[in-house]
Amino acid sequence: MQRIGLALLVCVAVSLLAFTLLNASGDVAIAVAGEEATAAQIEAIREDLGLNRPLAVRYGEWLANAVQGDFGNSLFFRQPVAELIAYRLPNTMTLAVMALGVMLALSVPLGVAAALRPNSIIDRAAMLIAVLGQAMPNFWFALILIVVFSLTLGIAPPSGSATLGHFVLPAIALGYYSTPPMMRLIRQGMIEALSSDYIRTARAKGISGWKVVFKHALRNAVIPVVSLTAVQFGNMLGGSVVIETVFGIQGLGFLAWESISRMDLPVVQAVLLIVAVFYVVMVLLADFINAWLDPRIRTQ
Amino acid sequence: MTQPVLSVRGLTVDLPKNGDRPHAVSGISFDIHPNEIVCVVGESGSGKSVTAFTAMGLLPKALKPSGGQMLFEGQDLLKMSRREHTRLRGKRMAMVFQEPMTALNPCFTVGDQIEEIFKAHTRLARSERKARTMALLEEVRLPDPPRVYSSFPHQLSGGQRQRIVIAIALAMDPTLLIADEPTTALDVTTQAQILSMFKTLKSSHSAGILFVTHDFDVVAEIADRVVVMQKGLVVEQGTADEVLNDPQHPYTRQLIAAVPRKREDAPEPLSDEVALRVQGLKKTYHVAGTLTRKARTVHALHPTDFTVRKGETLGIVGESGSGKTTLVRCLIRLLDPDDGAIWIGSRNFAQGSRASLRAARKDIQIVFQDPYGSLNPRRSIGEQLIGAPMNFGVSRSVAWGRAKRLMKIVRLEEEALYRYPSQFSGGQRQRICIARALMVEPKILIADEAVSALDVSVQKEVLLLLADIKRNMGLTILFITHDLRVAAQICDNLIVMSKGRIVERGTVAEVFGNPQQPYTRQLLSAMPGRKWEAPDVA
Repeated sequence: MQRIGLALLVCVAVSLLAFTLLNASGDVAIAVAGEEATAAQIEAIREDLGLNRPLAVRYGEWLANAVQGDFGNSLFFRQPVAELIAYRLPNTMTLAVMALGVMLALSVPLGVAAALRPNSIIDRAAMLIAVLGQAMPNFWFALILIVVFSLTLGIAPPSGSATLGHFVLPAIALGYYSTPPMMRLIRQGMIEALSSDYIRTARAKGISGWKVVFKHALRNAVIPVVSLTAVQFGNMLGGSVVIETVFGIQGLGFLAWESISRMDLPVVQAVLLIVAVFYVVMVLLADFINAWLDPRIRTQ
Repeated sequence: MTQPVLSVRGLTVDLPKNGDRPHAVSGISFDIHPNEIVCVVGESGSGKSVTAFTAMGLLPKALKPSGGQMLFEGQDLLKMSRREHTRLRGKRMAMVFQEPMTALNPCFTVGDQIEEIFKAHTRLARSERKARTMALLEEVRLPDPPRVYSSFPHQLSGGQRQRIVIAIALAMDPTLLIADEPTTALDVTTQAQILSMFKTLKSSHSAGILFVTHDFDVVAEIADRVVVMQKGLVVEQGTADEVLNDPQHPYTRQLIAAVPRKREDAPEPLSDEVALRVQGLKKTYHVAGTLTRKARTVHALHPTDFTVRKGETLGIVGESGSGKTTLVRCLIRLLDPDDGAIWIGSRNFAQGSRASLRAARKDIQIVFQDPYGSLNPRRSIGEQLIGAPMNFGVSRSVAWGRAKRLMKIVRLEEEALYRYPSQFSGGQRQRICIARALMVEPKILIADEAVSALDVSVQKEVLLLLADIKRNMGLTILFITHDLRVAAQICDNLIVMSKGRIVERGTVAEVFGNPQQPYTRQLLSAMPGRKWEAPDVA
């Protein structure tokens, strides 16, 4: 219960911060009016948008509406922000979920294999893959994927978001980028778990090798992984701007990026708030999963 | 004579290259018969655990058996494939470990972890597995088996967890049971219960038991035969009576001579000057409630009074949870007591802010239990020693001179000051810790389980050193321990604590000879090896 309250508080704090900082970053009226507008026109726009009222009043009004799903109208598209987001969000979600799948599919086996034989060739190879993933800018990796799989081999569409197939390459690019820290965490957790006393007890019971690794060790090693997964998922939602741009996916990150350059404040605020809420919900969810996995947390 | 369960013939296990010796154990031989407890005794590094792990096939990868045989029911364990060995483990041979707190998987219930062994080795139906598990929990005398069955390890005490590990070991009725220091981490009353359980098991399961220990009193309590190991060699073996009462090898004699015993010499008369007066010292902890649990108040220390006279060694004895650690922490103000006074001279150490206590801290110093964790590995011994006096305004050269003198007193060489902690053994480190505590010339030294982590022969050296220093420097010592035997050896007076209260106090002779309280009597009767009078072999 305490956790949930705290999570709500974080959401409110984020919204407040987002609102005030964005409003402090420039004069929206000037941006909307364009470069050739007269002072009177700007003033009129300001009046029209209600920008001349105190910040606190505007924040309260905005938050009250936002809670009901009304984020106001986009200054650029002249249509409700909620509609814009409802159209873009599924794309970003699809991308993030698939990328998460790619990340776990890569990092869990690699991490476990590396931990079973530390400093072996497998371990080194896994480390190499990890280092590459971290060193390579993900837009560049994305471009390589397009060149190889779309242009040369022709087995995947290069851009767009029409079918699930369109998401395969972006998901690989985004997922691979998040793999290294995850793999390291699993490797380290497994090495620690495998050298622990309870693994020795399990072996002494005559449990077979694989069962010891996957039942007894992985269950313990996976506990910190859950928290990192939640954070990574949040990053994928908010940080997919580059990948969405490269692959031309009409997603949330792409929308945010465009709106920032257009000073389309209502959209930026809404995206920020939604991503933040997702983030908080994911972390909360991770806490619950961890409590379920680890009985020691449960009783605290 | 029956066929031995395990017959070790010339076993050699190699250590990794560049070690301090080529073999962990080298050419050792001994037998274990059914219905027999064989104790393998030795200090750390003797190879006793390596022997136990080789039999179980659980050696770390770096260690490789390179010679000899280990015949188990006629088969050589060293020639067996990994898969064959896995099949024997848990079924025909089982093991109980030293550390019950970490031996069980924190993520699974006790029931799951016991039933797993039936899943691995039998085709029992689910209900039968559960019934067998319940029967095992009954057999190891755990209270309320249904509750324990669905508990997680962290909800149980160390003694209870060790019973579960024993239950797992007994599940398949193995012919060989290996126990590696199974009671070392337990309180003395729990130890007594576990030891008596092993004695019962020997007859009820007719297993051969290999019992690894460093403690001769435990040997005296349960062993039928004894194997003494030193640096990877068996130096002596025989029946318990032979080895304990008529030891032949000098090393065995040395070990037996180091067994802590009550002092025979009359205590020196104490001065009337009071060094430390504790009045009504009290500490409670408040545990915040949650949705499902009410908030609790834990009385870690009920109002406590005692005085320590100048030059006295006062032993504070108690089991885990007795409040002795809380008492120590309050005494040096690592914890703030709720109430009460700690008089050192004319100063009340229980009052005043932590900052204002700084100057007074040099009067009361402490040596902790773990000699490995209490020295900074990245700074030289000398730097660590002179830090404290320099904090109190002593010049570097004076501090350095004092450090050199103290090295001599704790019987280390001056060069030790230029070296780093990793270059010393546990016993040497503990002597360095004592030197560190003495650097600020305290009036009172607290030794908090200061010898508990040390081998017996090292333990004896450190105890003698403490007694010497006390006599020569006029120090007052508070000696905190769970081990009555050690307390009896070094202390003038004893305080016995239980559940946050002092339950008994008196001279060593009074407490041992004529205990007044049932708790003290219970503690004394739980001491292992009471029927054995160590022969005078020194």
